[in-house]
Amino acid sequence: MWGRIRALIAKEFLAVWKDKKSRVVIIVPPLIQLLVFGYAATFDVNHVATAIYNEDSGLAARELIARFEGSPSFEIVSRLSREAEIRDVIDPKDASLVIHVGQTFAQDLMARRPAKVQLIVDGRESNTALIILGYASRIVADFNNEWLRAHGEALPPARLVVWSWFNPNLESRWFIVPGIVALLTLVVTMVVTALTVAREREVGTFEQLLVTPFRPFEILIGKSVPALVIGLAEGTVIVAIAVFWFGVPLRGDLLLLYVGLFLYILAVIGVGLMVSSISRTQQQAILGAFLFVVPAIILSGFATPIANMPPLIQDLTLINPMRYFLVIVRGTFLEGLPAVLVYDLLWPMASIATVSLAGAGWMFRHRLG
Amino acid sequence: MTGPRLDGIRGSGEPAATLDTVGTSRMRLFGLVRKETLQILRDPSSISIAFVLPAILLLLFGYGVSLDAKHVPVALVIESPTTETSSFAVSLINSPYFAPAIVRDRHAAEEKLIAGDADAIVVLRSDFARRIWSPAGAPIQVIVNGTDANTARIIEGYMQGAWQKWLEQHALDEGQVLVPPVVMEQRVWFNAEVRSRNFLVPGLIAIIMTLIGTLLTAMVVAREWERGTMEALMVTPVRIGEILLGKLIPYFLLGMGGMVLSTAMAVWVFGVPFRGSLAVLLAVSALFMLVSLGMGLLISTIARSQFVAGQVAIIVAFLPAFILSGFIFDITSMPAVVQLITHIIPARYFVSSLQTLFLAGTVWPIIFANGAALGLMAVIFLGLTRRKTHKSLE
Repeated sequence: MWGRIRALIAKEFLAVWKDKKSRVVIIVPPLIQLLVFGYAATFDVNHVATAIYNEDSGLAARELIARFEGSPSFEIVSRLSREAEIRDVIDPKDASLVIHVGQTFAQDLMARRPAKVQLIVDGRESNTALIILGYASRIVADFNNEWLRAHGEALPPARLVVWSWFNPNLESRWFIVPGIVALLTLVVTMVVTALTVAREREVGTFEQLLVTPFRPFEILIGKSVPALVIGLAEGTVIVAIAVFWFGVPLRGDLLLLYVGLFLYILAVIGVGLMVSSISRTQQQAILGAFLFVVPAIILSGFATPIANMPPLIQDLTLINPMRYFLVIVRGTFLEGLPAVLVYDLLWPMASIATVSLAGAGWMFRHRLG
Repeated sequence: MTGPRLDGIRGSGEPAATLDTVGTSRMRLFGLVRKETLQILRDPSSISIAFVLPAILLLLFGYGVSLDAKHVPVALVIESPTTETSSFAVSLINSPYFAPAIVRDRHAAEEKLIAGDADAIVVLRSDFARRIWSPAGAPIQVIVNGTDANTARIIEGYMQGAWQKWLEQHALDEGQVLVPPVVMEQRVWFNAEVRSRNFLVPGLIAIIMTLIGTLLTAMVVAREWERGTMEALMVTPVRIGEILLGKLIPYFLLGMGGMVLSTAMAVWVFGVPFRGSLAVLLAVSALFMLVSLGMGLLISTIARSQFVAGQVAIIVAFLPAFILSGFIFDITSMPAVVQLITHIIPARYFVSSLQTLFLAGTVWPIIFANGAALGLMAVIFLGLTRRKTHKSLE
């Protein structure tokens, strides 16, 4: 029996490997994507194009503006002299932020009336807008403290001291790059498996396979092993690039990461084979794979936190294997996630793998429609 | 034959063509369009990618994807409770952004943070009440889980807000009015409530049209190459331009249908404002659809197998549209080299137009620049497809 399965595995490997184009397609693009996305996928905001509209010629206003100029988060691109110009720079996106200091700024400051500084932000990119306002309010708070100290007035009774654990400089690359391990493993594994059965069904060789002495679970193993090997190899390369190229710290247990990766790939293979055996044509298979992959990425916490989703959708994410693996891979990289917590994430993936693989095996013979 | 070879591409309005060729050409084209349309109608997966997928994606994104953190779980450690500490705790509890839980000590709070049950820890030390009266003030220690740097930064911002509120309240309790030297007045234009939905949903239309235009088309045409029906078509009197046009028209209409559906859902289901001109939206979308279709056709012509075409379409069209288009990640914050790369991603121009048309209105400098880029790309991709398809016959 094992000899039979070995032959089937060898055949499946050849099916992916013998075609030069398909060989290139599973190796080159994922690596390019990792590099490009590793640099592109960032929520960090820096060099915000800023325009200054200063109506006050006093020293205090200039000092406040100098703080914005000195910060790497802001880059002054133009100075305005009329209110109407604000629209002219914000509308065509020449500036994302306009800092407006009114005529009475210095007067108010000296008279101990709150001196207003107006910040106009482009809200088309809401996340960037929120971060810009955060940076600006910190600069204003610093300015206030300095001013109070310089004028011998009482400082606020309490101050915030903020630390950030696991990622002290809040680099979003440290968050995104481990996520890409999960993302690309999902895409590659899905593409390798989703077409295997559908391709054979389309040309009719799958029916031939079914009349051979192979039992469904043997076919299942034959179809899974190549995808598992490719997925693990691809995952390993991406982890290595994350560590050695992007310098993301790997603080946790590598063995646990691999146990997680193994179960994750199995779960994805199960879904991929299920989609493949339901489909009548390769086109349907690719579309089916897509209908799984896109929501799986969106509802995994890859780009936006699951905690921000409404409760019903949060429940839906429970059947998404990527959700669990993302926590494992990020936890292993950055937090050194304790083994006990990893176990809680392993069994859901194992259950998804069992159910989907069994479903795929059953579907080989009992395809709907 | 006096009719120019390209009349299939330019439509049948060529003055040089005789009535007869115009008539047969139009008939041939009609036949091809009919064949493609039937093919789409008979395969449920094509219809589903055009109408069901956009609806599902919009619902998932509209409801599921949000960058707005609310009710952030916070572990609050109060080492020795006093009136001052409880007034701070109240200000956290009253903030819509936090869901604070009081834990007994630092250690328990750290455990919660590691287990992911809390995203931040706030520690009020035992000397809090005493140090409030010292010149430097009392420190409020905040530890955020920095793994998700973006959320961490947003939590920091919210924390600053809660702290400011508490300072004002505290001053009032002491019978004073807090007068900060400088106050920041913020105006967020186009999206006053800073709803991330308003920013994400318009961009999503670009993703959906990329799926229909590039992925679906690439797969369909690759299947024809794989099965040899493309060669069969080529030995008929039908011209290459007509074959391509026959493919373009039905999928163009399918994609535009998906766009209209998405726009309607964006406005009526998700309440995203639409402030631009509908005609401009249609025009820019049509240009983008042509680019997507051009990419799809080109990929299938080069790949000639569904497996490779599907993979390539995902990699060169879908993933860049997701990550490099400004749909979710801000392009201006990317490294210079990556910013350069984004210029060859068609979705970039479309996403920028969509965000502006929906939220800001018809800002001509943006629309013109993006429209020109899309038009140029449409010409390049469709032209390349035309040449590639022609060559392969020789």
